[in-house]
Amino acid sequence: MINKIVNLGDSALYCDFGQEVNKEINSKVIKYFNSVRKSNIEGITNVTPSYNKLIISFNLSITNFKKIKKEIEVLNIDYENKIINKEIQIPVCCESSFSLDIKRLEKKLSLNREQILEKFFNKKYFCYMTGFIAGMPFLGDLDENMRANRLETPRVKVPKGSIGLTEQFTNIYTFESPGGWNIIGNTPLNIFNNLNENEPNLISPGDTVIFKEITSSEYKNYHD
Amino acid sequence: MINSYFKFIRSGINTTYQDKGRENLYHIGIPYSGAMDNRNFLIANKLVNNNLNAPVLEFAYQGPHLKYQGDTIIIAITGDVIFKIIKNGVEYTGNCYESYQIENGDEIDIISTNKTIYGYLAIGGEIDIKFQWKSCSINTNAKIGSNNGKKLENNQTIKLLKLNSNKDKKKIDYTNSKVENIRVIKGTNFNYFSDEGIKIFFEKKFIVSKLSDRMGMRLQGNKINNVVNTNIKSEGLIKGVIQVPPDGNPIIMLSDHGTIGGYPKIGVVASVDYDRLVQITPGSEIKFTEIQLTDAETLFKLYEMDTDNLLSQI
Repeated sequence: MINKIVNLGDSALYCDFGQEVNKEINSKVIKYFNSVRKSNIEGITNVTPSYNKLIISFNLSITNFKKIKKEIEVLNIDYENKIINKEIQIPVCCESSFSLDIKRLEKKLSLNREQILEKFFNKKYFCYMTGFIAGMPFLGDLDENMRANRLETPRVKVPKGSIGLTEQFTNIYTFESPGGWNIIGNTPLNIFNNLNENEPNLISPGDTVIFKEITSSEYKNYHD
Repeated sequence: MINSYFKFIRSGINTTYQDKGRENLYHIGIPYSGAMDNRNFLIANKLVNNNLNAPVLEFAYQGPHLKYQGDTIIIAITGDVIFKIIKNGVEYTGNCYESYQIENGDEIDIISTNKTIYGYLAIGGEIDIKFQWKSCSINTNAKIGSNNGKKLENNQTIKLLKLNSNKDKKKIDYTNSKVENIRVIKGTNFNYFSDEGIKIFFEKKFIVSKLSDRMGMRLQGNKINNVVNTNIKSEGLIKGVIQVPPDGNPIIMLSDHGTIGGYPKIGVVASVDYDRLVQITPGSEIKFTEIQLTDAETLFKLYEMDTDNLLSQI
């Protein structure tokens, strides 16, 4: 099922599931992720799923690449076990003070503001992975004609709650961070809660996200 | 409840609580964090009879100036650090890798690190701090860990819940070794780079940029150009990965790194060199040499044995 397993440095395994980004490959990655997490293989310290790769980090003091590779190759993968998906609604305000890159998008996509927002809100998104910064979901896929490149020069500070677009993906900045995605709006909802250690992330891989447009007064009066 | 505490007269430049960090959270976007220089972290704790994973203060360049109130306590500073201990207005030059008894009213003034970045202050006792995901380590970007995920500031205090009963003074003879050569294992996107790019990577020297921090070490001086598309699909990162963004200036992922990245990985720093890598100051030159996986594994084992040996001498 894994196309190729190689070492990433001396303390991680790099499991390659393919080059494309689609739900089918990503679901395999997530199934492997769940099975590895459940396996309790000695020495594994982190398992990181992404679109089409899985990185398994281990403690070099107690194990090594050869041993972990062998364990992963014979690991029983629970294909039947369905991923528990949630459907989550995210309120987004797109007034001009939040949609920082709407002008750029209008130019790049040759669409006007209304068309961009209509296409953006009129869709369900699949969560491929979370990370980069704590809790940030990578969601897809945007329509073909909604795909723009990253900013040439990334922002030093993207405001917390910003909704970004890049290529076929959209994300949510869970806190203020540097970043180069095209910002279309902002959510008042707290996506990452570090006080909830068991479930800090609102959105997990496999979940479905629906964005709902709200007005600036709804944004101001919003309570979690 | 005991009433012993340190007060920060000056907090220092980047003073945080650190332990060995947190595991199993990459998938939600949380890196290990933890003490940058693991060996110096462990030695500091051992010198004050703490458990080896106890919280310590990590500082960068300039350390804190602390004043103590309370019952006699033991402390130790590790790294390459210049500091003073002030007792009744008299200043004494302190030595690293040696523990000191600190009494009511004494001050510790950690002036600076010497040609390195990080130093450690271990306090013999239990500090009153919050743990998140079983670790006190402060990640200031994600605002995670003790002190609400923020650096320590002037006038804050370090409250002690318990003092170690064993206050025997201890020392070891140890000097940090400097490295300029960093050993790396080829990265998973090695083939993305042109022969010329690879030649530059292994043959030229790079200069550590001022923009380096606990998240990453930025390098400049020589640019590496890749052949294939510079934007690969974003995927997981680990500590020590060397990414090359489109501008050709490599970035090495350090303890607070972003967990996912989309730039090609030319190499990964061998674990054996990590503690020394993080101590290389901005403006210094570094050079990469290739190492095979099995050699990296053996050298790491030897490095660990060496660390264990140092700890057993304390």
